[in-house]
Amino acid sequence: MHELSLVASVFEVLEEKAREHGAARVIRVVLKVGVMSGVVPDLLESAFDTYKKETVAETARLEIVVVPAKLRCPDCGGEAVREDTDFSCAGCGSRRVEIVEGRDLVVETIELET
Amino acid sequence: MTTKTITVVRDLLATNKQAAAAIRAELRSRGILGVNLLSSPGSGKTTLLEALAERFRDRFRMAVIEGDIETERDAERIRAKGVPAWQITTGGACHLEARMIGKVLGDVPAAIDLLFIENVGNLVCPASYDLGEDLRFVLLSSPEGDDKPAKYPQAFLSADVLVLTKADLLPYLPFDPDRAAAEALAIKPGLKVFIVSALRGDGIDALAAYVVEALERLRSGHA
Repeated sequence: MHELSLVASVFEVLEEKAREHGAARVIRVVLKVGVMSGVVPDLLESAFDTYKKETVAETARLEIVVVPAKLRCPDCGGEAVREDTDFSCAGCGSRRVEIVEGRDLVVETIELET
Repeated sequence: MTTKTITVVRDLLATNKQAAAAIRAELRSRGILGVNLLSSPGSGKTTLLEALAERFRDRFRMAVIEGDIETERDAERIRAKGVPAWQITTGGACHLEARMIGKVLGDVPAAIDLLFIENVGNLVCPASYDLGEDLRFVLLSSPEGDDKPAKYPQAFLSADVLVLTKADLLPYLPFDPDRAAAEALAIKPGLKVFIVSALRGDGIDALAAYVVEALERLRSGHA
């Protein structure tokens, strides 16, 4: 439930980029949200809609791209996408897998009106 | 009117990660082991710290940063054990962030060995925030149930040590410590598991010894 503080960080980025590019408005924001990031996309959308009033992104559309958990196995070199909580390697069963994708929260692209 | 799409690729936790890296460097340069405690409310974080304070008394200098939404209560309990404590009240925020720790760090005496940070009671959000610690404990108490690791995987995935607390209640509850440990180890192989009763003192010596080993590793540059 820390979506509002994360959205505050999104708006810091939006305001910085709008200023940098001399943009009047932000039209669209694409966020990549990892399934292992601990963030709920629906709550992020609600927080975004609450926060955007009277900002440069007042009419902006938020698009969330959910990034699945990608595991890499150092024992067999295999890579697999997992959405449940079994973190063992699908190929060789090793438990030493590393999570290489799916933990991040990233502002990917922004569409601006200049 | 023209529109343009720009590629940003900005990590939303980047600010926290940078602040955490600065804290980690500062603690290491001062030879202090930082330990971040995560659990749901009422799992026994403060009681565990009270028990550790008694074990470390006269042997290691300990300090505690307490995180809560409201009140100084936890810091007062720690101070009553003769240990310096700072209370961060988040006023509603569900987790501590690295810059909150950074603000307090200047007040923490340089001549300490162990800095424990008790996070806000919450098994979800604190998992995402690195506080610059070298060890992360996740606590799970017997009344909570042994099925929690799979339900809250991030907390267990991010931890180095699992402390199963309130072992004194095991005779009265259907909690199976082996099942809890196995479930947590399926998520995070290599997790060190300790079973303790902070009230009775069971398992506290073993946990304290592990913390001292980690401090020695840090000081010999093998953290």
